[in-house]
Amino acid sequence: MTSPPPIRPALLEARALAFYRQDEPVFGPLDFSLAEGEIALVEGDNGSGKTTLLRILAGLLHVEEGELRWRGDTWQRDAHLGDILFLGHHLGLKGDLSARENLAVATGLYGRRDGLAAADALRDIGLAGYEDEPVRRLSAGQKKRAALVRLLLLPATLWLLDEPYANLDRTGIELVNGLLSRHAARGGAALVTSHGAVSFLGGEPRRIRMHA
Amino acid sequence: MSRPPLAAACAAVLRRDLVLAWRRRGDIAMPVLYALIVATLFPFALGPEEALLQRIAGGVVLVTVLLAMLLALDAMFRGDIEDGSLEQLVLAPQPLALMLGMKVLAHWITTALPLIVIAPLLAGMLHLPGAAMPVLLLALLLATPLLSLLGAILVALTAGTRRSGMLLALMLLPLCVPVVIFAAGAVSAAQQGLPWLAPVAWLGAALALALVLAPLACAAALRIALDA
Repeated sequence: MTSPPPIRPALLEARALAFYRQDEPVFGPLDFSLAEGEIALVEGDNGSGKTTLLRILAGLLHVEEGELRWRGDTWQRDAHLGDILFLGHHLGLKGDLSARENLAVATGLYGRRDGLAAADALRDIGLAGYEDEPVRRLSAGQKKRAALVRLLLLPATLWLLDEPYANLDRTGIELVNGLLSRHAARGGAALVTSHGAVSFLGGEPRRIRMHA
Repeated sequence: MSRPPLAAACAAVLRRDLVLAWRRRGDIAMPVLYALIVATLFPFALGPEEALLQRIAGGVVLVTVLLAMLLALDAMFRGDIEDGSLEQLVLAPQPLALMLGMKVLAHWITTALPLIVIAPLLAGMLHLPGAAMPVLLLALLLATPLLSLLGAILVALTAGTRRSGMLLALMLLPLCVPVVIFAAGAVSAAQQGLPWLAPVAWLGAALALALVLAPLACAAALRIALDA
């Protein structure tokens, strides 16, 4: 008989999480947990609260009802700021700056993982030759890549990606899937929203279903 | 995981805003041109009588510079809110108040500093005596950052609302009044050969207070604006 491995608390755990906007329920109550190395797909129709959930977990919105725990402790926004990387509908890119300059601002604020140079990251994400072009001149998919390049460099444990596949071509989608699986292999976790129209990671990921 | 040093984060924010302003140089020129036009029109409207112009010169330059600053105030956080940069700034593992302080500093450098540079020209056009010129510049050096900081609080407070320009102007007016009174008071005292240190000291005290408190207020207000 071997003793069971010690149970590590989940990275992120939500209990009866709910959100209201002017007393109208946006979603919830919602229960889920996310362990290290786990990628979960947040599914739901338009308006079911996927973005709201991600904004709450990022710390942009208050937890109105329910409980959030981070590694077993009560979740406090300021304590986990560097651990979480949020990529929303607004990409947080300055149109007048190049992809390289935008990335430099992000690494200045969030720090960076060791091992990869900014130029290599930009090449890996598929922006070779466009590093110094102002972002406003790039196509929608290239803009998305200029935002996604943060995933390669910034040192966060939990990725909150709101529609990361939007505007991306097939190779771009595979690129994001590759980033996600490497992140999971490193022990990172991610929540990804999607309409479900893309082939997500090929296999069967965890799914969190949102109900309005 | 290592958090980036604070100095690097401050430098990143400051550099980004300065580079952005430089890439849109036309926007920097706007307040300067506005101030130039307003100050040029006064002698035409009031007549070229030197004694009259001398008497109003300090006040006209001050009011012109402060109003020219208002033109650009509205845009302080707007772009960042629209493109999501503010979300990234709020979520960064850095003290938000300090990062916003850097944004206000960048804003002051790009809007107020060019106005201070042309202020002697404007004052000279209105025959301000040379002896009062250093006092005018000192008053501007204290009054413009004070206005930037006060304005930043109000811009942050009205950030969530649409068409906030009108509301902003109404809210800023009562805050401008003491700034103008002390700054103009110092200049006119210097013109009359009276001691001018007291009003300047008041401006300095208000600036010290605003330097500490305004970024904190901005941070709180912008967090609320994003929460809505």
